[in-house]
Amino acid sequence: MTHWFAIIMGAALFTLMIPVIYRIWVGPTCFDRILGVNVIGTKTAVLLVIIGTLFERVEMFVDFAITYALLNFVGAIVISRYLNRTISLKDMESREKEGARKR
Amino acid sequence: MYPILIFLLLFLNWIVLSGKFDAFHLILGVISCGVVTWLSQDLLYSDRRKKLGERLRETWFFIKYIPWITWEVVKANLHVFKLAMTKEGYEEISPRVVTFKTYLRSDFAKFVLANSITLTPGTITMLIRGSEFHVHTMSQFLEDDLLEGAIEEKVAQVFEPEVLKKK
Amino acid sequence: MMSFSSPFQCLASATVEAGSSEGGFLVLQVIGVLLGVLGLIFFLGAAVGLVRFPDFYTRLHAAGKGDTLSTMLMLTGFALVTMEDFSLSSWLLLIKIMAVVFFIYLTSPTSSHALMRAAFEDDEMPITEDDIKKRNRQKGGKKS
Repeated sequence: MTHWFAIIMGAALFTLMIPVIYRIWVGPTCFDRILGVNVIGTKTAVLLVIIGTLFERVEMFVDFAITYALLNFVGAIVISRYLNRTISLKDMESREKEGARKR
Repeated sequence: MYPILIFLLLFLNWIVLSGKFDAFHLILGVISCGVVTWLSQDLLYSDRRKKLGERLRETWFFIKYIPWITWEVVKANLHVFKLAMTKEGYEEISPRVVTFKTYLRSDFAKFVLANSITLTPGTITMLIRGSEFHVHTMSQFLEDDLLEGAIEEKVAQVFEPEVLKKK
Repeated sequence: MMSFSSPFQCLASATVEAGSSEGGFLVLQVIGVLLGVLGLIFFLGAAVGLVRFPDFYTRLHAAGKGDTLSTMLMLTGFALVTMEDFSLSSWLLLIKIMAVVFFIYLTSPTSSHALMRAAFEDDEMPITEDDIKKRNRQKGGKKS
């Protein structure tokens, strides 16, 4: 029963990931894409636990799930911080241009 | 006092993650937890003047706070479900940005308040500048709920009860 | 192998079997299956919201909340389903999965806040009520 439940849950999760992948594909801004990747990453942690249930080695796969969730979080923070810094640099450049115009 | 508490927390973490109780693994755990405590114990619990009893009370109140916020998360998901699935809900969307000031002082309390606002229905914290919160909300009546300050009061009960007494 | 016409039928009959053949803890397993299906439903809401909502900020509402609760529910359901006997190792497994749940509970709002802040400082302005009204008018104009 656990076996069947795991297979059906995994298939349903995979099906429900398709809209999110559509959002990554189309997404007007790059933040939409990061958001979609973040959602899929969180769901991959769940999928890892499901795969562990299928192989009957859950205690090993839960460690992978923890690591994956951690990496996902760190990745989201790093990318958003990186974009932040880039923007402040852009601001700096525009200010420099304004200063050049005034001269 | 605080280094011992941090060491015990780290060691509990080690036991849960390793799951083995023979002497070799336990000694390894003691050594690594000791090194981590020695090197970076000042990262956790920034305010060291509080007494340990105060911390215990905070922990107990925080555990009592978790079921309430979980119920709020369920309500938030029902709200999102309604907005996404029904046509009336979709027409209800009228996003706006609200600014308000909080009376919480410590950084950790602000962190918990921001996360709680993000998890309650229809609101996400956008920016925190000092004690000013910029919050993105989905519609008008959600904004009114936010400005009543129920979440803020709950967080203040957990972390800074002396602020509530002054009011 | 048994053949099932629909997955729901399969779930129902498998649930009945578990009590007789495997001798697991039926109550825990039923609660776990229910929690998992509930998590799937909430994830469906989040996914549809992610596609339908008009701009990035509102999509973030759908993703940030639906993601947190659905992940929590599904992991808790699996923690209950895989609980075979009440020995020390299975308790450790339960605590580990609950640790993942707690971790996601803490980090998911934080990462959505970070994304929102990055988008806001990237001059990506949130749409307002007026924009939605304008868009509706344009749509109505095209139709009529």
